[in-house]
Amino acid sequence: MNRINQKLQEDKKLLSIYFTAGYPSLDDTVGVIQELEKNGVDMIEIGLPFSDPLADGPTIQASSTKALENGMTSEILFTQIENIRETVSIPLIIMGYLNPMMQYGIEAFCAKCKEVGIDGLIIPDMPVDVYHDEYQAIFEKYGLINVFLITPQTSEERIKFIDSISNGFIYMVSSAGTTGAKNSFGNAQADYFDRISTMNLKNPQIVGFGISNRETFNQATDKAKGAIIGSAFIKHLTKNGTKTIADFVSNIR
Amino acid sequence: MSYHVNEKGYYGTFGGAYIPEMLYPNVEELRQKYLEIMYEDSFQKEFKQLLKDYVGRPSPLFYAKRLSERYNTKIYLKREDLNHTGAHKVNNTIGQILMAKRLGKTRIIAETGAGQHGVATATVCALMGMECIVYMGEIDIARQAPNVARMKMLGAEVRAALSGSRTLKDATNEAIRDWISNPVNTHYIIGSVVGPHPYPDMVARFQAVISEEMEWQLQEKEGRSYPDHVIACVGGGSNAAGAFYQYLDDERVNLIAVEAAGKGIHSGESAATSALGEDGIIHGSRTLLMQTKDGQITEPYSISAGLDYPGVGPMHAHLYASKRAEFISITDDEAMTAGLELSQLEGIIPAIETSHALAVFEQRKFKENEIVILNLSGRGDKDLNTYIDYFKL
Ligand SMILES: Cc1ncc(COP(=O)(O)O)c(C=O)c1O
Repeated sequence: MNRINQKLQEDKKLLSIYFTAGYPSLDDTVGVIQELEKNGVDMIEIGLPFSDPLADGPTIQASSTKALENGMTSEILFTQIENIRETVSIPLIIMGYLNPMMQYGIEAFCAKCKEVGIDGLIIPDMPVDVYHDEYQAIFEKYGLINVFLITPQTSEERIKFIDSISNGFIYMVSSAGTTGAKNSFGNAQADYFDRISTMNLKNPQIVGFGISNRETFNQATDKAKGAIIGSAFIKHLTKNGTKTIADFVSNIR
Repeated sequence: MSYHVNEKGYYGTFGGAYIPEMLYPNVEELRQKYLEIMYEDSFQKEFKQLLKDYVGRPSPLFYAKRLSERYNTKIYLKREDLNHTGAHKVNNTIGQILMAKRLGKTRIIAETGAGQHGVATATVCALMGMECIVYMGEIDIARQAPNVARMKMLGAEVRAALSGSRTLKDATNEAIRDWISNPVNTHYIIGSVVGPHPYPDMVARFQAVISEEMEWQLQEKEGRSYPDHVIACVGGGSNAAGAFYQYLDDERVNLIAVEAAGKGIHSGESAATSALGEDGIIHGSRTLLMQTKDGQITEPYSISAGLDYPGVGPMHAHLYASKRAEFISITDDEAMTAGLELSQLEGIIPAIETSHALAVFEQRKFKENEIVILNLSGRGDKDLNTYIDYFKL
């Protein structure tokens, strides 16, 4: 069974952390992953940096720009995490934009993911129908879970369709906006979280965008299975480097 | 074979809508409604009236006698430079502001490079009393000060794009991010035949007025509605799409798309996307774009800010891949020389974007009895400083 599906069966709220590969320094990728697992994080999204990250706010944009300046590429990422499964056992997901994966070759990219032990992909600019028509068979061949996003504006009909072609979890974007830390969620989010939870989808939901601290984590996971923290963690790395990851995680739960 | 968009939003293998889910409702709403709205009688009536009374259409089709003698062929200039705001861009912004109103939107966003599309957007927003925010790269704001001032005078807010390379592609990213954050009340007026479907097709249809007029104007002058060649410069490709539109499936007409080679195709400072680009995704569209082997989008260069875009619209990627159109690239120097020549032979100072198209006459011979229409996409007022610096005038 895929590590993501196994993890989703555990009887707890999941904390997932996003960070940009090759940030703050090119060679920090593996160290950050190991440190996150050691501190009890349940799942990691490894951000593959892109020059034009449309769905990201200023924090992740800046970390991506820096990672690219550091020299990060798809090739280098795969080399860095070549032996990651010798030391890390939690689910690992690559989150990135479609263009760099296309240039690598979608099938070659998926094959490499399987080889190094990546469990799934999140590709925000890959259309659902293109996945369905062109890539689903490839993802399945290499045992990769593709994670789709839904937002407060996604229609009920479309959510049901996305649920039907998902086989891991659904990434619930918390509010209309790009990635970025927020300090609290309002009534609109609470209504949205309620609405989705009453749909009884077959895939569990994990909330992302705007989770930054214990309060937002708890609000997001009140109904959902887990939450993803990205920008707030990147900010922490920018300010404190990679040595105090334990402090960051212990402030969330 | 048709060179128009298919029902799934593709031109051959190019096009589509590669957008994050956050944008799906907006783009889908537009996709479902754009054709119906555009071809309503009341829409067409208002659109045509504004093009006539506000933009000043039809734009003349001018027989350029001295230029024709110089190159020993028959050259007509389609005078988009005479439009209000000085370029073809306004045909699209008039169409899209009417679309936005019918979609019930109250807030308009746009991206701009040189500022021409930003000015054309700010203009129609003033006309319609709509809030207008224009994203512009920090570097472009510094080098296009007069257009920034125009947009402000027209009541628009100009927001600096501070990310990435701080030019047109980043301004486009910022506009898209704004749209993600304001999904309900906002319409994004894209400035060229780029972006996710249905934008390339919608913008092409609004610009198609250029070739619709060419057909009857040429019929009047030459007794036939089609030329042998149509020449247009290509940044994203909107003026070319408009000039080609009626002739796309008419193989009697040779289409010539002109890209900016900058300091030379292989100089590392170029914007010749067809020559240097690879299949990929930019701003929600699958098309040809300039990128590294690792799939990072690279920064183009051209002396002309309007051609300084790392991609090209999907219609043009298909015209290139299928060889329906001839693609020619022109360097900064060749363009500047051609711009000066037109000024002195015909008394028309062209935009530097258009000067690239004009330089084709030095590169490629046409027969004496052939009819060539060149789309004069804009006037050179905005470029005077560049011309002055270049020629030490
Ligand atoms: C006069 C003029 N011509 C051409 C262009 C290039 O755009 P497109 O390729 O969309 O026609 C611009 C863009 O700013 C322009 O101002």
